[in-house]
Amino acid sequence: MTTTAQLETTATQIRRDILRMVHACKSGHPGGSLGCADFITALYFEVMNHQATPFEMDALNQDLFFLSNGHISPVLYSALARSGYFEISELATFRKLNSRLQGHPATHEHLPGIRIASGSLGQGLSVAIGAAQAKKLNNDPNIVWCLCGDGEIQEGQIWEALMFASHNKSDNLILTIDVNGRQIDGDTKDIMGFDDLTSKIESFGWEVLHMEGNKMEQVVSGLNLAKSKLNQGKPICILMKTEMGQGVDFMMGSHKWHGVAPNDEQLASALAQLPSSLKDY
Amino acid sequence: MKNFTIYDNKDTRSGFGAGLLEAGKNNSNVVALCADLTGSLKMDAFQKEFPHRFIQCGISEANMIGMSAGLTIGGKIPFAGTFANFATGRVFDQIRQSVAYSGKNVKICASHAGLTLGEDGATHQILEDIGLMKMLPGMTVINPCDYNQTKAATLAIANYEGPVYLRFGRPVVPNFTTPDQEFIIGKALMLNEGTDVSIFATGHLVWKAIEAGHILAEKGINAEIINIHTIKPLDNEAVLKSVAKTGCVVTAEEHQRNGGLGDSIAQLLALNKPKPIEYVAVNDSFGESGTPEQLLVKYGLETVNIVEAALKAIARKN
Repeated sequence: MTTTAQLETTATQIRRDILRMVHACKSGHPGGSLGCADFITALYFEVMNHQATPFEMDALNQDLFFLSNGHISPVLYSALARSGYFEISELATFRKLNSRLQGHPATHEHLPGIRIASGSLGQGLSVAIGAAQAKKLNNDPNIVWCLCGDGEIQEGQIWEALMFASHNKSDNLILTIDVNGRQIDGDTKDIMGFDDLTSKIESFGWEVLHMEGNKMEQVVSGLNLAKSKLNQGKPICILMKTEMGQGVDFMMGSHKWHGVAPNDEQLASALAQLPSSLKDY
Repeated sequence: MKNFTIYDNKDTRSGFGAGLLEAGKNNSNVVALCADLTGSLKMDAFQKEFPHRFIQCGISEANMIGMSAGLTIGGKIPFAGTFANFATGRVFDQIRQSVAYSGKNVKICASHAGLTLGEDGATHQILEDIGLMKMLPGMTVINPCDYNQTKAATLAIANYEGPVYLRFGRPVVPNFTTPDQEFIIGKALMLNEGTDVSIFATGHLVWKAIEAGHILAEKGINAEIINIHTIKPLDNEAVLKSVAKTGCVVTAEEHQRNGGLGDSIAQLLALNKPKPIEYVAVNDSFGESGTPEQLLVKYGLETVNIVEAALKAIARKN
């Protein structure tokens, strides 16, 4: 059992990693990565049953996590490295030539911890449902987690998958939607608003939970609550409210830091707000 | 010209259905997915025998491809079936990212490919699927010629690790390859040895190539006929060896010229020893409604077209 304080320390370090990674290659997506740092930390350091080494693609006796909104790869890479899937120093290769840390997650370079490529949006939930079906066929009681962005659910495939999962009672699956209300061109409500997302997803036959995604204690209890609702005939969806750019004051409150790297000065200013405790890579 | 015994006349999709059932009996990891076309794909026997390993996806092909990729994580061998148009063009990005780029052991099984779908018309008659699939790195592309070969191919791909596109069709065609043949992925099959022209055919056009061989023989032309059931990886050695002997080429396929088997062979020859090549394929056109027979005539995919192409290729040798 990790304490909330320990998890918060880890999340802060992951935020530092995210900023330093995107700064070093002058590209990448810090906004959503920072927003989901608490969720990913809670998942990998507390809630999820997983094993870093040896990395097993089929993970027959582990939980699985699929990142559908692959552009927030920095947060996943940092969490994977810091939970032992690969050397932390490898984070320095992010988005560089000959790296295993591709701009968007890929299996092609055999990076431990990645089980599917994502980046072209809308595909991860289908993959997660398939993996959850495989677990049932294998009589594996472990579960499957999936994260999507709220902009991402504008993709039609998501709704195909939502329909399938409830019809087929995929009740060993927890989908979290990162509701930060932002996407590349602006606020989600202005680009393609979904009004009452709760009722939309409930009407597709899912059990919908709500969670504050940037308060560690609430994230951990929210994820555990979701787990407790599994195996009851319904897939579970958590609508997770986060702030894009969370933890860095000038990155919060707009969509502008979705896919922009900080310059030297901005990096220094951002890191000053996030004290290092686990050592930078 | 060698004579071939026709065992019976059957559709290649039924060969797939029979192969799938047998693959399911051989290996409990084989699962099947279908997008509301179970009867058309002849997957109903598998569904009946292994209901818990059959996944009805509804009319949601993108989700079907994604789920197939997910099922491999946990050791399953998914066979995802629908019409060729919906199995490729509709879901190209899902296949590209979740299957091919991710290197997943998914078998994309596509029926009703090409013009011989017939009356449904061009919306359903995909003639671009081979090109789409062969462009994807790591994708194996297989287009067997008859029932027996489709069944053998289905069994073979169950034992092969990696993404595969298996293409077959609806019309009843002569079933002439042996029932218990060994299907070797990537191995071209010599049907008739000849010296004057190499005819490389795939899918339903293989039998037409044999018919053309008999007509050419009557004209004193000795055609070499090779069945290219695997378009990718192409059996380069067999192609180059044959062309070195005959000096000219005809390719025959139920597909666009652009991006099909003919282009693969032309590229191989261009990079090695260029020789005259004639395509029997659809020439940058959509299909239309009609009977399969009428469409093959109208779009130039008949026996007579292979004969004419062979004569033309031979004439271009000098």
